[in-house]
Amino acid sequence: MSFKDWFVKRSPLPEMWREHMAEYYAPKNFNIFYYAGSLLLLMVVLQFLSGFLVLAHYIPTARGAYDSVYGIMYDVHYGWLMQYMHVDGVSLIFVLLYVHMARGMLYGSYRSPREIVWIVGYTTYLAFMAEAFFGYVLPYSNLSYWAGTVITSLFKSIPFIGGWVTTLVRGGPGMSGDTLNRFMALHVTLVFMIIVGLIVLHILYLHKVGSNNPDGIEIKASKGPDGHPVDGIPFHPYYSVKDLFGFGVWLIIFGAIIFYAPTFHHIFLERTMSTPANPLKSLPDVTPPWYLSPFYAMLRSIPNKNAGIILMVVAVLFPFVLPWLDRNPVKSTRYRPITRIMLLIFFINFFVLAYLGEQPPLPKYFFAERLGAFIYVAFFVLLPFVSKFEPTRAPPARVRFRAH
Amino acid sequence: MKKYVIWAGMTLGLLTGGAPAVFADNGPQLLTPHYTYNAKTIISGARLFATNCMACHSIKFMRYEFLTNDLGMSKTDVHKYIMLPTGSAFKNNMTSAMPTDMAHKWFGLPPPDLSQIVRYKSQDWIYTYLLSFYRDPKRPSGWNNHLFPNVAMPDVLAPYGGIVNERGQVLRAGDEPPPKFKEQVTDIVAFLRFVSDPSVVQRHDDGPWVLGLLVFFTIAAYFLKKEYWKEVK
Ligand code: HEC
Ligand code: HEM
Repeated sequence: MSFKDWFVKRSPLPEMWREHMAEYYAPKNFNIFYYAGSLLLLMVVLQFLSGFLVLAHYIPTARGAYDSVYGIMYDVHYGWLMQYMHVDGVSLIFVLLYVHMARGMLYGSYRSPREIVWIVGYTTYLAFMAEAFFGYVLPYSNLSYWAGTVITSLFKSIPFIGGWVTTLVRGGPGMSGDTLNRFMALHVTLVFMIIVGLIVLHILYLHKVGSNNPDGIEIKASKGPDGHPVDGIPFHPYYSVKDLFGFGVWLIIFGAIIFYAPTFHHIFLERTMSTPANPLKSLPDVTPPWYLSPFYAMLRSIPNKNAGIILMVVAVLFPFVLPWLDRNPVKSTRYRPITRIMLLIFFINFFVLAYLGEQPPLPKYFFAERLGAFIYVAFFVLLPFVSKFEPTRAPPARVRFRAH
Repeated sequence: MKKYVIWAGMTLGLLTGGAPAVFADNGPQLLTPHYTYNAKTIISGARLFATNCMACHSIKFMRYEFLTNDLGMSKTDVHKYIMLPTGSAFKNNMTSAMPTDMAHKWFGLPPPDLSQIVRYKSQDWIYTYLLSFYRDPKRPSGWNNHLFPNVAMPDVLAPYGGIVNERGQVLRAGDEPPPKFKEQVTDIVAFLRFVSDPSVVQRHDDGPWVLGLLVFFTIAAYFLKKEYWKEVK
């Protein structure tokens, strides 16, 4: 018996390879938005690598944290590379997450039978928010300090046990080295492991039901004599080589940012990140990073703190029920002009909210913030009715594809 | 294809043009220093900083050796122009010799560390700040600043730039003509920018190689993909 036969008999890997790569049939008409999924996988791996390297030099104490982080920048061999990869990687992951989700909304990928793929994916996004927040606090810059204080104080709004929860999360009455210790534990073990587990589930659930595509029609509906979908192609080698090309383009962008614009106009690395924590020097208008600011704008749009928190929580949770709000038999917005326009308004509004969330809390922004929050919520509230009655065009029986 | 070009164009436009404008601070009007960012400007800024600022301010993340390793300054020059006569070693951090309790006594607070000041406040802010001092008899130090009201720092650059009162009238001309003085201030700003991120030298050295390699990889991947996808009808 050859070694290969001996190994194959005992190994689950060949079967997994076939199921998820060589014989996973994906629609052949994926467009550019479909790169985001594999790029997210790449970025999570890179984030783990750079995170591992910076962790090796990080000191989780109130006195040591800030200096240790800059020790990496100035003294560790290629420390700046590890650090910038990790910092800029976060923002790029969120760029990809938003593209990936927008793709799902444009083509109705959240619809039956992919509801669980969507829900698991969205949970990953929420886990990433938590991961980013805990990471944010670790350098113990002044921004870390005040962002940590503001966000943990949100727990105070929980009825009855709010104060107790806040103290538990902070590890004391205020931010301190104890906070850093528990946030580090959360950042590098618990939340990260949850993210990895969710990603595995996400892909297993997707491969059980098969991928959607820009036309929103099921390729499994037309199968060839060999039992495979006629419009499907094996993931490996077709999409694996295509994604390899995507990796290349994406890494050029990532590299250009790291080497030539690491702070990205101080959007990826905010200015107040570059001054140490100072409980006496409060940041008057501490704003969250760009990828969380749409929700922050909604929080702020209501003057009552608790009502604002409720609105924000509702806004964050709404996408979970999206699969059941959409009631049109046609999935892709390619054939649903009205929903497509609503979606575009929704996306633009999300950008506007991100902008507003970065502004100081001035009265002149209140109206725009409220309007933005209203449009955000209105999309989800209107969708069940619009999707029920909107006129649609008939999707084609087979996917639209032009051979390259 | 055309569609993608338009998309890419829009995204790029947003990122390069829109983003900075969108995220701009709503602060006071600042002046912008104009210069070429190279070793010469940085070194001349380093010399000015060492003579005029390091008595009070540390740049604690910097080390003297970065000046030779990254900027190509000679060791003798560093000894002669940069190092304070405090017997500091070459590998040491560039810290000021001022004892903290003395600083408290003189200024009410220790002069802040300036390692990250360009990251924190921006080049424009520092440039404007250094050009905004004026004589104010009401202040204990005799100095005030338009950008940083009631600042505890004296106008240490007055010998070069001269002294003005609150309304900008010249009380005493400086040793340097105004354009030359602005150039000196610009050099200090350039040096502090370097101090905020010395990796810039290595980044710009390595960048073209890394990106070149990635471009090569991407082109190869593109043709590989094209070859495979020929079969997809
Ligand atoms: C005599 C001591 C002294 C000297 C010399 C001195 N400074 Fe200062 N500097 C201070 C003090 C004290 C402060 C704190 C001012 C305050 O907070 O009111 C300060 C503040 C600053 C700030 C603002 C920092 C912040 O966080 O807002 C900058 C920038 C600065 N100095 C730059 C310089 C530069 C550049 C030089 C050399 C040209 C210099 N200083 C020389 C004492 C000094
Ligand atoms: C790190 C996080 C994530 C990773 C690594 C990831 C990875 C992937 C991958 C590799 C695919 C298959 C390729 C593709 O269709 O693009 C995919 C599909 C999908 N993902 Fe994600 N994803 C993540 C987050 C999310 C989020 C936040 C959502 C939505 C809220 C989501 C929803 C979907 C959906 C609906 C599909 C199926 C798309 C289709 O078939 O048209 N994913 N994901």
